[in-house]
This record gives sequence, C-alpha cells and structure tokens, in this order.
Amino acid sequence: MNAITVDEVRKRYRGGTRDALAGVSFDVPRGEIFGLLGTNGVGKTTLIGVLTTRVRATAGRAWVDGLDVTREPVRVKSRIANVPQRPTFDRALNVTENLLYHAAYFGVGRSERRRLAGEVLERFGLREHASAAVDTLSGGLAQRLQLARALMHRPSILFVDEPSSGLDAQSRLLLWEQLEGLRADGVTLLVTTHDLTEADRLCDRVAILHDGRIVALDTAAALRAAAPGRGAMELVIDTAVDPAPHFGIFGDVRTSRAAGGGWAVQLPADVDAAAAVSTATVAGLQLRALRRIETSLEDVFLHITGPKLA
Amino acid sequence: MSPHPWLAFLALCRRDLHVFLRVEPLDFIAQALLSPVFMLLVFGRILPAVGAADASYADDLLPGVLAITLVLTALQGAATPLISELAVTRDLDDRLLSPIPVWSVAVQKLFVASVRGSVAAIAVLPAAALILPGGIEAAAIAPAELVMVTACGALIGAVLGLVMGTVVPAHRITLVFATVLTPLMFSGATFVSYSALDAIPWFQAVALANPVTYVSEAVRAATTNGPHLGTGYILLGLSASIAIFGAWGLHGFHRRAVG
Repeated sequence: MNAITVDEVRKRYRGGTRDALAGVSFDVPRGEIFGLLGTNGVGKTTLIGVLTTRVRATAGRAWVDGLDVTREPVRVKSRIANVPQRPTFDRALNVTENLLYHAAYFGVGRSERRRLAGEVLERFGLREHASAAVDTLSGGLAQRLQLARALMHRPSILFVDEPSSGLDAQSRLLLWEQLEGLRADGVTLLVTTHDLTEADRLCDRVAILHDGRIVALDTAAALRAAAPGRGAMELVIDTAVDPAPHFGIFGDVRTSRAAGGGWAVQLPADVDAAAAVSTATVAGLQLRALRRIETSLEDVFLHITGPKLA
Repeated sequence: MSPHPWLAFLALCRRDLHVFLRVEPLDFIAQALLSPVFMLLVFGRILPAVGAADASYADDLLPGVLAITLVLTALQGAATPLISELAVTRDLDDRLLSPIPVWSVAVQKLFVASVRGSVAAIAVLPAAALILPGGIEAAAIAPAELVMVTACGALIGAVLGLVMGTVVPAHRITLVFATVLTPLMFSGATFVSYSALDAIPWFQAVALANPVTYVSEAVRAATTNGPHLGTGYILLGLSASIAIFGAWGLHGFHRRAVG
C-alpha cells in the first residue's frame, strides 16, 4: 500500500475563476521523500491542504495511509503531521508546552509525552529554549520546533511546506539532515519547494507542478537526462585568444572568458572527453581544467514550464 | 489506531484552562465583572438613593444584569480567541489537525466560553448581595431552574460569539462588535422586564427579536416572584436562539476551517 495516493484531484475555490488543482494524480510509496516542485501559486499548498484534510477537493479522491481523506479525516489526521510554511504555534504556550499539548491532543499519555518532549528538544537542539516564548524564536529555531512538534505523535507521513524558505544556509543544511534522518526512521515525507537545489538534494522523486497540473514526475537524475540540449563538456584553456575556431568540428561551441584568466569552451554534453583533450593538445593549447557540467533541475524546469520561473 | 476523540477534546479544554489560569484571571475579572458591578452600583443603589429610581427597581435590574453578564462574557469568550486564532495568527491550525472532527473543535470553544459566562454570572451574585439595598431574595430563587437558565444563557452567548468570530471578516469585527453588542445589551429586557414594556409596544417587538430577552426573562423566572414572559415562550426563544445561531456558527466555523 502506498503512503499517499492522489487520483485526479481537482480544486476550485469558491468564487475562483480557474482550478487551483486541475486533475492531479500520483502515488508516493512508503519511506520516500517526495518533492512537489513549482513556483508560487501553482497549487502546492492547496494539494497539501487536501491531503491534510484542511481543503476539500472539488473532484477526485486522495488516500493517505490507505484512508480516504474526505471520508475518514479524523483517522487520517491521527497518522499525519503538517509542517506549514508559516509557523502555527500556540502563542499562549511556551516551547515545551507546545510540544506537550500537541501530544495530548493525540492521546499520548502524560509520562510518554514528557519523555518524547525531552527527546525531541534534544534531537532538534532546542533544550536551552525549552521554556522560551515561541514568539522569541529565530526562523531556524521556529522551523526546528515545528518539526519537533510534528514528531510528538509519531506520524507515519509528514507534510512539509516550503521547509527552508527564509532560512540561512546553515539552518537549511541542518534541516535537510533532519528530514533525511526522518526518512531513515521510516517516515514518508511530502515536501513542497520552489527551490531546485533543495529538491535535487533531498527528494527521491520530484513532481513538477505547473498551473495546477503535474507536468513531470521522476527522479531528479531522470528528469535531468530527459531535458534535451542542456549540460555541457567544459574545457578551461590558458590562452589570450578566443580558441573557438579550433573546436569547430564539435558543432555547437560556446566560448567565454574564464574566471582567473584564459577562456572557457563549452562543447555539447555528449562529446567524448578524450577527443576534446586531444583536439586541444593538437592545437597546442594549454589545458587548465576539464569538467562535465550536469543539467540542473533548473534547466529541466525551464525546459518544461517555459521561462516563467521566478 | 486512532486515539479516542474525547482525549483530544479534554486536552483542548485543559489547554484553555491552563492558559486561562496562567495569563487571564485579571483580564477575566476586568472584562466580565467590572461592568455588571458598576451597573448594579449605579442603577441599583445610587439611582434609588438619589430618588431617580424606585428602591424596588433592583428586582428588575438583577436578572437583566445577570443575563448580560452570561451572554456577553460567553460571547467574548468565544469570539475573541476565534478572531485572532482563526484569522490572524492561525494558532488554531495545530488544534484543527488534532484527531477529532472539525466541528468538535468549535463545540469545545462553545463549551469553554459557556463555562466562562456561567462563572462570571455566578460571581455577580455575591456582588449583588453586597451592593443592592435589599440584597438578594434567596427564597425566590429556584436553584435547578437557575442552573438550567445559566447554562442556556451562556450557551446563547457562546453561539453568538461563534457566529461573530467566524462569519464576520476580521477587519470588520470592531464595527460589528460596536453595532451588535450595544443593541443586544439594551434591548434585551435587561434594564426593564418584558411585561413592563407593555407601555411601549414597538420596543417590546424589538425585544422579542433579541435573544438576550429570553435569557433575561428566564433569569427573572428563576430568581424572582415577579412577572415574566410565559415559560413556553421563554423555552421557545432559548431553544430557537441556540438552534439558529448554533447552526450558523458551526457552519461558519467549518467554512473557515476547511477550505
């Protein structure tokens, strides 16, 4: 049984003139980090809303942990946790109380919730903020507390909406490690992001959502491979003169001034490295570096959705 | 295996009690008790003392003040947290994802708001005994009826608060509070009994449309031997108010909680 199954889900909000979701279908097997990639406003948060029972689909069906989200919302809620983009802490409670009451809502017994709270405070580096007011936490700490709170009832499926937006590089890396740690613990994660690096690094599979539809779904590597005409073989050559004429036999050649002096020559990605090196040697050029430039997920995204990515 | 929904409901109540005891006792006293105490003092004691009202006016006044306390305290107890937690801070989101039906999160809010209204009204009684010239006529109080009336009156305030907290957009709430609370307070057979309004039929008609009227008259019936609206009409008014505003408020809550 898949952790999540979405079948032709549509959503049009009251008074809306177009579908926020226009027939979305996909499956997420257990234990996967599934990425939902898309620009702002393409329906990512709406889809999370449907799967977390907070948005009612206009048509189509969705199952979480085998349970229909519309027909059995209470049972669905007992198995999932949501880490929304904007923290939704209970501001009348401090850090530890947020954890304890959250667990109490899920029926976790008193001693067990105290033990779990101690455990997640430690795991997420929040021990010294245990009695702090939630309003005083920095963005990175707030995001960690959101994750910590989500784990207090041991969900099997975790929804994370734009996890690293607004975080500094260090907090982002730490967060990614924590999300990967959850996958190792067997938790299934559905992560939305508009950050291609995040999707590339974190997700086992990525769905690209565009105008309420899934326009591509595969591993990041497979999506990259499917994007034509991207990626390159790059040579950096120590020369004062543009070396482009020497590489004419490779077809599409692009040259530009390299950082630190010399010229960078970009050849098509399928060029044989040995042939490129031998061409440079025969021409008497001093080769400083040779590298393969991978197609980035950003290239894939632009290829599929057109140049609208913010 | 899902946890039993009652566990979540009780935990939500415990959370509200915890927050109340830690941060709100003084707010509560100020919000719920200051106004009724001053009403009793000025209308029930000072006006008769200076000859501007009859000494027996206190008999009419106390049920009205109790009704206002019940309804308005419960109304604010439901509306105020809903306005901020549902629309502004989204603090309620985590509780909406707890494993209970969405409507029961609203019912829990109604329950807690009703308890606040009831506690405030009960606290007014000893204040009235001290302030009013004749104290309270304990022999006229029917305890079982008073308990029932208190619960119903507070629930009416709570469902009105649920409507205001969920149906009214956050940016209009100040206007709605101003335009709704004052007429509710003054046209609900509060400062004069419904039967005394016989002399002014149009105002009596207005009073019939105000849910507070049925609470005031119910308290009058439960605490005095004086005239009051017929019991059948009181029961009809109380139950219709709870049903209409309750259904409206629960519908509004669901619309806000599930997109």
